[in-house]
Amino acid sequence: MTVRPRLAVAAFALSLAAPFAGAHEAWLLPSSTVLSAPGYVTLDGAVSNQTFHFNYRPMMIRDNLAITAPDGTAVQPEGLTQGKLRTVFDANLAVAGTYRVALTNASVMASWKEGSETKRWRGTHEALAANVPADAAELSVREGVGRIETFITVGSPTPVTPTGLGLEMVSVTHPNDLYVGEAATFGFVIDGKPVADVKVELMAGGMRYRDQLDKITLHTDARGQVTHTWAEPGMYYLKAVIDDRGGRIANAERRLSYVATLEVLPQ
Amino acid sequence: MKRTLLSAALLTFAPVLVAAELHVDVELPAFNAPDYRRPYVAVWIERPDNSVAANLAVWYDAKMRNNDGIQWLKDMRMWWRRIGRDLQVPIDGVTSATRAPGVHRLSFTAGQAPLGQLPAGEYRLLVEASREHGGREVVSVPLNWPPQAAASATVRGEHELGAITVQLKP
Repeated sequence: MTVRPRLAVAAFALSLAAPFAGAHEAWLLPSSTVLSAPGYVTLDGAVSNQTFHFNYRPMMIRDNLAITAPDGTAVQPEGLTQGKLRTVFDANLAVAGTYRVALTNASVMASWKEGSETKRWRGTHEALAANVPADAAELSVREGVGRIETFITVGSPTPVTPTGLGLEMVSVTHPNDLYVGEAATFGFVIDGKPVADVKVELMAGGMRYRDQLDKITLHTDARGQVTHTWAEPGMYYLKAVIDDRGGRIANAERRLSYVATLEVLPQ
Repeated sequence: MKRTLLSAALLTFAPVLVAAELHVDVELPAFNAPDYRRPYVAVWIERPDNSVAANLAVWYDAKMRNNDGIQWLKDMRMWWRRIGRDLQVPIDGVTSATRAPGVHRLSFTAGQAPLGQLPAGEYRLLVEASREHGGREVVSVPLNWPPQAAASATVRGEHELGAITVQLKP
């Protein structure tokens, strides 16, 4: 019985850290990415080890979910329910244009020595000072900033406005305008500035029905862009990761991660 | 004097003013399925670079309550991307009700909506059909416009479309 709360804590920590947990993928999966008319979509959020199969943990959604309408206003999620293996919510997409559904998280990880014992802590920037002694021995502080998102368009795609915060994808090719046989170009920016050498991985869903991951690995060029020509339609998991030292804590290493769920359509 | 000049001008251009015609026979196959629904169908003309020259016909269910029938327009995926997502339906002279299995003739005249006046060149006519509980298919028929002589071409669909016959009359 004592295992339970610990498991819950572990799951919570994992979903916060999901973009950093190598073996698991955290994602949002919309019921549709293209709608002819205003209406509802439903979204699943989960942490899994097979892309788009919910088989491990539900996505922890607290106050870190933002649904942004084409005009930049916020849309409230409806019917948010956390199950054992997935979290579900609905979004009422009432106007034409492109909606962005995004989960963001920022955390600090610290480790230090107290005698021979290694102490570890994870929490918010605000709670750091109260929980981690600033003069601790062998103190190492790392920041993590993550964004997990997807895009849904009612009618014709409209430009998605970047937030300017952390690592994010900026559309050169619109994320709801992806088709087999066509090249898609995506830009990656940190705090709004294009960044070279970001590792970007693409993986198709449906891993349960094939043997190999068939992961596509790309690196952003000098303009911060990657280009890929889609060979197969389907839902794709895009993950980008880069480390820098440009965060809120001076000289601390910062891991920036970005995940997008993209739908590629047949011609 | 003015009138004479005008008549002379009309006479000079008379051969050009005879409007070319385009006829399209769209065959919808019959399916012996209990959950059969008539397909949504779109017919349009593209240039070789995939840009749209004319949106000719769209058959969809416009009679549903709350205009619910528009939610499946996107399932005509190619038409949706090229044309549909930037339009509001219904469109006079373009949209109409879905049709039963059989051959349906669509006729268009140069200079008149929805065909309009196409510059001379190479085009293709596309027919896309998408059916609930069924599949989706696109058939493409190449055509040169304006026609120099009467011509006819047929391309057969394999699943959701039967014979698509394009007839041109100068």
